[in-house]
Amino acid sequence: MNILIAVLLLGGLALAAGILLALASRVFHVEGDPMMERIDAVLPQTQCGQCGYPGCKPYATAVASGEADVNQCVPGGERAMLAIADLMGVPPKEVEEEAAPPMLAFIREDECIGCTLCIKACPVDAIIGAPKQYHTVLESHCTGCTLCVEPCPVDCIDMVSKPEVLEDWTWSAPGQAKLSDNGEAHARTG
Amino acid sequence: MPGLVDRLTGLFSAGLAGGVDLKALISHGGFPGGVHPAQMKHTAGSPIVRSPLPPRLILPLKQHIGEACTPTVEVGERVLRGQKVARSQGYVSAPVHAPSSGTVVAIEEHGVPHPSGMGRQCIIIEPDGLDEADESLPPMSDFLDQEPAVIRERIRLSGIVGLGGAVFPTFIKMLRDHHHPVETVILNGVECEPYLTCDHRVMLEHADAVVLGLSVIMHAVDAARGVIAIEDNKPDAVQTMQKALDDSGMGDRVEVRVLPTRYPQGGEKQLIQSVTGKQMPAGKLPLHIGVLCQNVGTAKAVHDAVCLGVPLTERVVTIGGDAVPQPANICARIGTPVPFLLAQCGLEDLSGIRLIHGGPMMGERLPRMNVPLVKSTNGLLAMRQETLYSEHAEEEPCIRCGHCVEVCPAGLVPNELAWHCRNDQFDRGQEYDLFDCIECGCCSYVCPSHIPLVHYFRYAKGQVAHIEKERAFAELSKARSEARDNRLAREQAERAARRSKVRRQAAPAKAEKKDGGADSAARGGETSEDKS
Repeated sequence: MNILIAVLLLGGLALAAGILLALASRVFHVEGDPMMERIDAVLPQTQCGQCGYPGCKPYATAVASGEADVNQCVPGGERAMLAIADLMGVPPKEVEEEAAPPMLAFIREDECIGCTLCIKACPVDAIIGAPKQYHTVLESHCTGCTLCVEPCPVDCIDMVSKPEVLEDWTWSAPGQAKLSDNGEAHARTG
Repeated sequence: MPGLVDRLTGLFSAGLAGGVDLKALISHGGFPGGVHPAQMKHTAGSPIVRSPLPPRLILPLKQHIGEACTPTVEVGERVLRGQKVARSQGYVSAPVHAPSSGTVVAIEEHGVPHPSGMGRQCIIIEPDGLDEADESLPPMSDFLDQEPAVIRERIRLSGIVGLGGAVFPTFIKMLRDHHHPVETVILNGVECEPYLTCDHRVMLEHADAVVLGLSVIMHAVDAARGVIAIEDNKPDAVQTMQKALDDSGMGDRVEVRVLPTRYPQGGEKQLIQSVTGKQMPAGKLPLHIGVLCQNVGTAKAVHDAVCLGVPLTERVVTIGGDAVPQPANICARIGTPVPFLLAQCGLEDLSGIRLIHGGPMMGERLPRMNVPLVKSTNGLLAMRQETLYSEHAEEEPCIRCGHCVEVCPAGLVPNELAWHCRNDQFDRGQEYDLFDCIECGCCSYVCPSHIPLVHYFRYAKGQVAHIEKERAFAELSKARSEARDNRLAREQAERAARRSKVRRQAAPAKAEKKDGGADSAARGGETSEDKS
């Protein structure tokens, strides 16, 4: 008799827990892959394809599924690699390719024939223009991915380095620049 | 929580190591910490002299915190003194006015006083020497009868920004907010930086204008009380201001408060704590505790703009430093080239000279000398290279003496904070309240290991801002890329829908014509889809 009670009690508990878990998985169901979203959030979103995938989201999906390595994002550099490795819980790996300094695409307008091929290639819609009209790059939206350079039939797109402006300047770490060039300007008055 | 334990032990050992009772320090005279650097105020007795007009005036399009301005004049145009030459873009901005009459000769990039040594768009004016004034702004002698909004608008149009060095547009500080009424207006006459004496001289020579400016500000924000805060190393300024107050009949509403000299008492947060006893909450404005703080120089500029109708086109600057033969306080037009000012003090040969913009504690070394005087220039210190770097030994390891903790007026733990900044752990740095650092330089000043603490904090703040900017750009790119993917998918779906529609239309024809005509019908369907 005692054994029957124990079996029934444990069986009942297991059943109740099972039903509860089944309900919880329905009620608290998460759409999409949260890991993919979190990896996507640390990527630089240049959509350049240098990782071998057609954009940042496909690469994030591949990393999340374990298909791709954590060190394939070139523009993200070491910082993105460390962040992804941390999210995935895997040891960090050396980033093989050095990231180029930030670039912008520039269309030499007098040579442009208005073929719209670069417009179709731009992953962030940063080129404007119409058939047989000059095209131009919206500087503020260009990610410098270079995907527009190759399709251009007349080679009128240059990659130029992003102009340095005062607003983007920041102090370098002490010791990185020579003291006499860029040192701390705190004079001792004592 | 090792962090908390570290902080507590840090505080405790700091108190013991320095032989200072921390509690006594905090309760006495307001803000915690602070240092007493040598005052070096050699120019305190030098009356303000007017600078002659320079051959060229260089006006940077951004001399304030906020958005840069856009020029409203063209090259070759003649402008009058006080005429607006660049209008503000966006809300947090202040227009730029021509400091003298003359011709606009160029609008181009020119060096500006900035630690990067980089340039910025500037309007360059060649004065014609006539100094003809633009009198479009009428003086408001009856400002007490004017609506506060009218006065605020006048201050905005006159391009007035905080002249203590922070250059925040003054009219924004004077906005009236019904949730946070301003009770006390504090005029900052502390001038705690060594060497600088320009505010001191303004109080001595323009006391009436400063008092009138204060009454304009108090009227505009409807404040009941005013305080003029002066450190006890300027007894003559205390007397002069008190006399000016009594003469103007404002003595009952405004008091002159004498504060014991301690650096950085002139910092806004520190001054408010010294005067009111209230500590500024992190991330809040003085407005939130019912206080408005303005520099005495700003008060004079407000007086000039409102009572005389003269926009901000000149300021007083202290020229000092051990390389300057005759240090002086000079009232110069905004845009006057710095070498022109140094030459007036007897310094012509600039080789081996290090130029500091501002005071020695918070100022920044300028890699370029050929820059103009701007609205934020309260001091220009020309130092011999040997003096400036003689005590800058190599950075040595932190010995955890805790002196930096003891002197930090913001109550931070600079040594711990510097560890995180050095190792690029900016998240940890922010946990240690990196952004509450006011960069006063007290910690660097007392550090026996010559650690450039403030430089580490400036580096970390810059990096945090840079990362934030990159993240915002990534977010934007992501949104644009997703919008493009959606558009492409939609276009493809539309094309597919059209194709199947054409197929459906072609299907009955196929049934009628039987197998022979079916191929051509299908082909016709495809070509019509291609055309559409």
